[in-house]
Amino acid sequence: MMKQEQPISDTGHYKWKKPSFIQNPWIRYGLYLAVFVYLFYAFSTLSLDIQRVMRGIPRAMQIFSSAIPPNFAARGPLIVTGFIESIQITVVATAAGVLLSIPFGFMAAKNISILPVYVLGRAVIIVSRSLHPIVLGVLFVKAVGFGAFAGVLTLIIYTIGFVGKLIAEAIEEIKFGQIEAIKSTGAGYFTILVYAVFPQILPRLIGLTMYQFDINLRASAVIGLVGAGGIGNTLNSAFGRYDYGTASAILLVMIAVILVVEAISGKLRRFTK
Amino acid sequence: MSSLTSGPLKELGKESYRWERYTRKQRLFRYFAYLAVAVILYWTLSSIDIFWPWVWSAPVEIQDMIRRMIPPNPGALPQIIPALIETINIATIGTVFAVLISLPVAYLGASNVSPNKITLAIARVIIVSSRSIDTLIWALLFVAILGPGPMAGVFAVTFRAIGFLGKLIGESIEEMDWGPIEALQAAGSSRGHIISYAIVPQVLPTFWAVAILRWDINIRESTVLGMVGAGGIGMLFQVAIDLFRWRDVSMVLFSIIVVVLFGEIITSIVRKKLI
Repeated sequence: MMKQEQPISDTGHYKWKKPSFIQNPWIRYGLYLAVFVYLFYAFSTLSLDIQRVMRGIPRAMQIFSSAIPPNFAARGPLIVTGFIESIQITVVATAAGVLLSIPFGFMAAKNISILPVYVLGRAVIIVSRSLHPIVLGVLFVKAVGFGAFAGVLTLIIYTIGFVGKLIAEAIEEIKFGQIEAIKSTGAGYFTILVYAVFPQILPRLIGLTMYQFDINLRASAVIGLVGAGGIGNTLNSAFGRYDYGTASAILLVMIAVILVVEAISGKLRRFTK
Repeated sequence: MSSLTSGPLKELGKESYRWERYTRKQRLFRYFAYLAVAVILYWTLSSIDIFWPWVWSAPVEIQDMIRRMIPPNPGALPQIIPALIETINIATIGTVFAVLISLPVAYLGASNVSPNKITLAIARVIIVSSRSIDTLIWALLFVAILGPGPMAGVFAVTFRAIGFLGKLIGESIEEMDWGPIEALQAAGSSRGHIISYAIVPQVLPTFWAVAILRWDINIRESTVLGMVGAGGIGMLFQVAIDLFRWRDVSMVLFSIIVVVLFGEIITSIVRKKLI
């Protein structure tokens, strides 16, 4: 940045100019142009139709007016059981998912794993990370039928993708002193993993588990939309019946539950640190 | 242990200490935490509404499904590629809109610069409700309002991202250094100048980082919007599933993975260049 030639004003002083992000003006303006052209093209393909938005507005008003006030009473018991099921799905899936993501995380850590195992571990993590829980949910509903079990399987895979990746990253940052110490006692590979590697990532893992619980609860609310159990099922049928009062009640409870769980998991995470 | 003690051995009987990692209180707390987790798990497993025979047959069913999916059908690609481009477009435009809208929301939602309590409260409500409702639920809403199509998808992505961006950018505004602002105030600058010369340069790195991160997330989320009719690759996925075209399903899944990885690679390149 300093090497750039400074323009000189008429009084003979250097004129200060904000330094640019990208030094080369050709690349800079070329990039701006490319971004602009792409955005222009993208807009044109979407056929953003103002008239359709205008026509949508009265429909929106109709939806909102039937959504306000939210109707907690009509489907009260269903909302409660839906949320309990969502929480149950989240608990089971988080526990099983975190347990399963430990071996995959170990496999996908470059510094302690051999190449074929590393590739396999990474592949599992990449695939589970790339597929949205809804996509997984549809697949599992097709494979094992409607209900909470499909939801549990979905969130297990989702958890492996996220927690597995972060465990692998945590392992890649561990200190090797402990490993050498345990190795010098003549310990085998798995003993080293258990006594030298695992204790180093455990604090991180506990924090991650709580964070993932939070994420899974959010996800469990939507995978029900495709039949994988929980409050999403209730919400979906409320939308299907055009029962927007119940839908808005569910959304409000959802916001409240998520905020409460977020606060609790944040407190616990700070506490375990 | 005995080699570490300096005194004569016979006194060891009374005076020896055992090293313990935790105090008694910590240990009790840990056992309590273990017990609580065990109780919660037991309650959940015993009361969850799962039809257990389906669980036992699940491995066979899943294997069966995977066998039907292999090999993926490349014949579906002519349909898939335009849908993938649409997916990326929805994510990008949604991100651009969300960024534009989230800036004022972040400004009003940052407790140190928000003009007054009412604007702060309004911005906080916008952020919380936007963040707490998933993209897919926003999509359901916008499909109901605008009818099916990518436009509903763009709105859904935008409405979900406003809260995310607003919260993170707002937090970075709250954490900024007041020195430059006071300097500009002392020089008699207007509010506009303070924003553009003291606040924006401090928030800009976070802004770019968060915007890029959100673009990456938006690509992932856009892959499912089509399942509720809001455009993108999700619709092809739903159709292939409904028609039991398993080899098309696996092709769609494969292309979703490719496009998500593509987004991740672009994101990491841009992040390295910018930050």
